[in-house]
Amino acid sequence: MKKIMLGNEAFARGAYEAGVNVVSSYPGTPSTEITEYIVKYDDVYAEWAPNEKVALEVAAGACYGGARALCCMKHVGLNVAADPLFTVSYTGVNGGLVVMVADDPGMHSSQNEQDSRFYARSAHIPMLEPSDSQEAADFMKIAFDLSEKYDTPILVRSTTRVSHSRGIVEAGERLAREILPYEKNIGKYVMMPNMAKKRHVIVEQRMKDMAAFANEFAQNKAEYTGGGIGVITSGICYNYVKEALPEANVLKLGMVYPLPAETIREFASKVEKLYVIEELEPFIENQIKAMGIAVTGKESFSVQGEYSTSLIQEKILGEKTKVIDAGDVPMRPPVLCPGCPHRAVFYTINKLGLTAMGDIGCYTLGATPPLGALDTTLCMGASIGMAHGMEKARGKDSARKLVSVIGDGTFMHSGITGLANMLYNGATSTVLILDNSTTGMTGHQDHAGTGKNAKGEAAPAVDIPKLVKALGVEDLRIVDPFDLDELKRVLQETTQNDALSVVIAKRPCMLIDKSQQKAPLHISDRCKNCGSCMKLGCPAIVQGENAVEIDQSLCVGCGLCAEVCPFNAIDGGDQ
Amino acid sequence: MKNIVIAGVGGQGTLLSSVILGQVALKLGYDVKISEVHGMAQRGGSVVTYVRIGDKGEKVYSPIIDPGQADILLGFEQLETLRWLPYAGKDCKIYSNTQQILPMPVITGAAKYPDDIPGTVKKHFDDAVFVDALSLAVQAGSVRAVNVVLLGVMAKEMDIDEAVWMDVIGSTVKPAFKEINEKAFLLGNKEVI
Repeated sequence: MKKIMLGNEAFARGAYEAGVNVVSSYPGTPSTEITEYIVKYDDVYAEWAPNEKVALEVAAGACYGGARALCCMKHVGLNVAADPLFTVSYTGVNGGLVVMVADDPGMHSSQNEQDSRFYARSAHIPMLEPSDSQEAADFMKIAFDLSEKYDTPILVRSTTRVSHSRGIVEAGERLAREILPYEKNIGKYVMMPNMAKKRHVIVEQRMKDMAAFANEFAQNKAEYTGGGIGVITSGICYNYVKEALPEANVLKLGMVYPLPAETIREFASKVEKLYVIEELEPFIENQIKAMGIAVTGKESFSVQGEYSTSLIQEKILGEKTKVIDAGDVPMRPPVLCPGCPHRAVFYTINKLGLTAMGDIGCYTLGATPPLGALDTTLCMGASIGMAHGMEKARGKDSARKLVSVIGDGTFMHSGITGLANMLYNGATSTVLILDNSTTGMTGHQDHAGTGKNAKGEAAPAVDIPKLVKALGVEDLRIVDPFDLDELKRVLQETTQNDALSVVIAKRPCMLIDKSQQKAPLHISDRCKNCGSCMKLGCPAIVQGENAVEIDQSLCVGCGLCAEVCPFNAIDGGDQ
Repeated sequence: MKNIVIAGVGGQGTLLSSVILGQVALKLGYDVKISEVHGMAQRGGSVVTYVRIGDKGEKVYSPIIDPGQADILLGFEQLETLRWLPYAGKDCKIYSNTQQILPMPVITGAAKYPDDIPGTVKKHFDDAVFVDALSLAVQAGSVRAVNVVLLGVMAKEMDIDEAVWMDVIGSTVKPAFKEINEKAFLLGNKEVI
């Protein structure tokens, strides 16, 4: 049956049809929806793990146990999972193991633009790269077959435009497949030096076999047109090349590691001028150059941002499209939603003039004006470690103005170990856990602390306060962030004292608990236009001619602006 | 090839309108690709969706529309219509909501919301259409139906049977909102422009 599918839905469909049994993932744009679609299949076990490392370990265990297993993450998530990745390459698999990684060229929703293809080369793991939704489904099935045939995990790489584009997919049936028998085999599954040395030999032979297979792989396709230009490309860029250069010969690589050396040599010999068109790093280009083949790539194209049909036409054909100048258009950056509990915390951080080490989540938006309350954002969980480092660099006095700001999901992901380190090594600053009971930015996934599993069923919840206490933190406070006076008082105390403190600002995300939403507020004639409420950065509060106004279609009646108003000029919101 | 750029503000429901368009194309037997924005920008940021529909038998490769290539620009908010105007091709049809949603730099006073956007747009495209889709959506029963009202406006000049639209809308939206959305489409479609 033909259906329009989001790329990520097609990855899920392909895995389902391949008979995948166990899926463990951590959400991250642009990979999140793969697992969200998979949880809809009743005959697949799927879960959110607390982080990508755990997810990959779960998938590895499942594949050793004879299941077909899948693990999905965004590019930076693969950094977290890199430890098991490099060694599961050595052990190989029993049931098929696919690691799905989605890169984000152009950084639509990421903190860097790293190219995950280098993981394939470093970890000696073959990598497939589909170019659209149909291939997303097809390649997933191929990946599981190759995994079992060559006794290797397979990386499947996507990019934002493949994951978040829709196209027509012919859906098939699910493969009927039994769980394979498990046999204890310490030579294969226990990676101590003596066993690992032997496995490394096997890995090298496997990659040679894969490289030979790459020359016959049907998804490494040469399309000859008879023109003089030849382009080697893969993934989303294939589509741009086909539209920009319909006359060009194209070698489309479905497997980007290892490369099909013979196929590339043959293609290169048949064209007059050879290009490699690949977003991000010159990954394919440099390998081809190392083969002694002359090729043009990054001399013409950037290692930054996304490519497009027009860009390729401009760089290769010198044709530029005329474009209308729309003049000066104000930016529209993403903002914290009306009613967001994080807003109260950032307002208070500003009031107290604190240095705030930030983290990854919706609350990263607290870094932008007018809130501008965060000093740093590095990676998942980093706020805690960095606050500790800042204190060690600048001394105990600096910790009296220092907090780390981390969400509940990110705390579960990689904040707990950072907190253990602070306790162990004598930190005295304050860790602020913004507990909104969800993974907000990626679209409200549950996690180990929410009391629901990936399928939405009731599940045991990790109790964050008990966990913090169990680590040995004595100064633990729990506050409602909408009680601004209390929040301010607590933060003053915890930052000023000489102990490590944890403050949990607990209030559910306004979007998941809509019962919090009230009638919109309105401005009375008592408004003196002092601008106090404007400091909240609420998209529902707008500067009018002589007074502020509240956009009735956006306001959810949270009442925060009424709390900060010195003239008691904001009414309503009580129904 | 028909290139349709749908631009709006995160939360306005641009995604649903692109999905409906895609289903209509599939139903009529055309190849189609759609590109969306997920993640960070959805938090009230500027969002754009590209819909590319092939001619009979034509394969669509890229899911992306480049500046200067759009045949239709469907703007859900005035400023977003202006922002994505460079995507309009020479004979682009422009359909825009008159609604204004102020972005944070305007709210804080760091930037000014441009005056007379319809005038600016019409300097380039004198047949550009601006409609109050928000009022029509309210009339249909929900402010959230702006997206389907605008589809109705756009559909006026597309040679596609009303029954096809109705069928797809009915099977795409949640049953509870079927009636509102059907009404929204018809209100947009019958709007005199």
